Amino acid sequence: MAGKVSIDSERCKGCGLCVAVCPKQIIVISKKSNKKGYFPAETDNSECTGCAACAIICPDAAIEVHRDEGTRIMETAESSKSNNTTMVQEKP
Amino acid sequence: MSERVLMCGNEALAEAAIIAGCDAYFGYPITPQNEVPAYMARRMPEEGRIFVQSESELAAISMVFGASATGKRAMTSSSSPGISLMQEGISYLAGAELPSVIVNVMRGGPGLGNIAPSQADYFQATRGGGHGDYRTIVLGPSSVQELADCMMLAFDLADLYLMPVMVLADGILGQMMEPVVLERKTSRELPPKDWALTGAKERDQHIVRSLWLKEGALEAHNNKLQARYDQIQRDEVLCEQYEVDDAEIVVVAYGVAARIVRGAVTRAREEGINVGWIRPVTLWPFPSKEINKAADEFRIFLTVEMSNGQMVEDVKLAVAGKAPVVFHGRPGGGVPTVDEILEVIKQLTLGAKTPI
Amino acid sequence: MKTIFERTPTLKDCTTHYCPGCGHGIAHRLVAEVIDELDIRDRTIGIAPVGCAVLAYDYLDVDMVEVAHGRPPAVATGMKRTNPDKIIFSYQGDGDLASIGAAEILHAGHRGEQITVVFINNAVYGMTGGQMAPTTMLDQVTATTPHGRHSVEQGYPLQVSELLATLPGTIYIERCSLHDPAHVRRSKKALMHAFELQVDAAEGMSLVEILSPCPTYWRMSPVKAMEWIENEMTKAFPLGRLKG
Repeated sequence: MAGKVSIDSERCKGCGLCVAVCPKQIIVISKKSNKKGYFPAETDNSECTGCAACAIICPDAAIEVHRDEGTRIMETAESSKSNNTTMVQEKP
Repeated sequence: MSERVLMCGNEALAEAAIIAGCDAYFGYPITPQNEVPAYMARRMPEEGRIFVQSESELAAISMVFGASATGKRAMTSSSSPGISLMQEGISYLAGAELPSVIVNVMRGGPGLGNIAPSQADYFQATRGGGHGDYRTIVLGPSSVQELADCMMLAFDLADLYLMPVMVLADGILGQMMEPVVLERKTSRELPPKDWALTGAKERDQHIVRSLWLKEGALEAHNNKLQARYDQIQRDEVLCEQYEVDDAEIVVVAYGVAARIVRGAVTRAREEGINVGWIRPVTLWPFPSKEINKAADEFRIFLTVEMSNGQMVEDVKLAVAGKAPVVFHGRPGGGVPTVDEILEVIKQLTLGAKTPI
Repeated sequence: MKTIFERTPTLKDCTTHYCPGCGHGIAHRLVAEVIDELDIRDRTIGIAPVGCAVLAYDYLDVDMVEVAHGRPPAVATGMKRTNPDKIIFSYQGDGDLASIGAAEILHAGHRGEQITVVFINNAVYGMTGGQMAPTTMLDQVTATTPHGRHSVEQGYPLQVSELLATLPGTIYIERCSLHDPAHVRRSKKALMHAFELQVDAAEGMSLVEILSPCPTYWRMSPVKAMEWIENEMTKAFPLGRLKG
């Protein structure tokens, strides 16, 4: 994976917006609640591209996004909600 | 201007504010104080200060709030119905601990009333008018000179105690022309405004607020304000007494009513009646101690107001039942005459007037 | 790996009291990012409204003041006129700005006050329990329109941006939305422009209207609320730059 997000599960309120906007659909709502009783979002980062859509839509600034240097993400002409993103690995 | 000049009250109060260093004037036209914004519109830009004619009195008091929150000396002026509109803003100024000066050139009411002078906003001024447990310092001058002096005092008291200060004039005082010397009198030592919103450069943010939601926080805040009000009641009472020692009748009056009373008392003394007067200058804090002390001797307290009786309640409280309190007033823009008051005084010497 | 997105310093590191999926959280973050990117934190003063965002000063780390309902544009006038070098912004909801504060925003725009206004339009009064706002949509059910808003009795949703754009004193008016990441990015660009105008001492008022979700009082999930903005709200409140 070229990207990674860290979701602060105690800050997250489980609103689900990140789940909906993730183009790789790799964010899910946890079955375990946090201390406030919310069911936070979580991800295994399996196909994360570091696009930061989740962090941009997050109302609680609960998500940090990290990306490999030297990785570019190309999006196809379709909307960012589609799965058609291609990754190009450049030699560092 | 330290020479004697002839000025009308409205303009003198405006110039006095400028001398006191008022940074900003925000106001809306309303009779009988229109000379104030007109004067300020011309003079404030001359001094490099700010003048804005606001869209309403609601907006004016909020503009004062804004300027004061940034540490500036700000004022507004209006007349009775406009002051009613400002009550919310005054409560916010009190709750947020913001220095500010508000001038009420009183006119007849209630409602649209008329444009004649009145003192029927005493309750509104001294009993809050706005919501919540707060006080404003209220000054009630009775000459153009005293009005100018009170303006300068008002800015100092506002900065010293971090609260709104109201100067009560009326339609006569605002319009009448008297000789006045306009120069900065005493200047108190004022604390720095280290709470002001000036941009959080190299410091933590400052917040100006009046909302305290956490359990107990608002109660504590109110107690803090009350402690300040208690100190003001100890330290800031201003009143004038005249020939009270041997008086059988003491007339209590403020503002223009006190000027008329002075004429009546002088005439009464000439006719051999032992009359004196107590003239509160601070209406809040009220000179309760002074009046209470005067009530140690048995005498009749005659309160004269241009209203149907508002300050008389404070006189009654101060006298605390030790002596009779009697009222004479003219509401709705009516102005008592010297003869009228003299007649009342004479009736009292005959024991004819029923006490309240 | 390089961190490419993290919380900006002017947004305080704390949990907000806002409901899950509330747009205020996004809007606050955008304002904080703009303040930090323009490096104006130490001369910015913000005005919090009465509304859900009344405690905005607990989340935005700049000098802030809390004022009476509707009065921010007048308070901003008092502040900016006496402190022209400071960046003054108000952050207001639809009740604060378009109902009780209608006169104040109109006259601040009319006078061309050199301030930046952030207008959060969520078509309802959140803090007080979901009553009708001036911007409530036709047929929308609220606590005070139990049968839906009817134009004959309650009027039409109020288009503040269009109204203010007619005033010569307003120099930049744009309506944006938070319903997806692309539109959140556009909202940030608009806010950036609005703040930059004040930094450059442009003569006039800037206002950015942001369509924002209120899942609680729209009785929808946060995701459905965003869809409602995209599909329904934009019909009454078209997005775009109206002026400037």
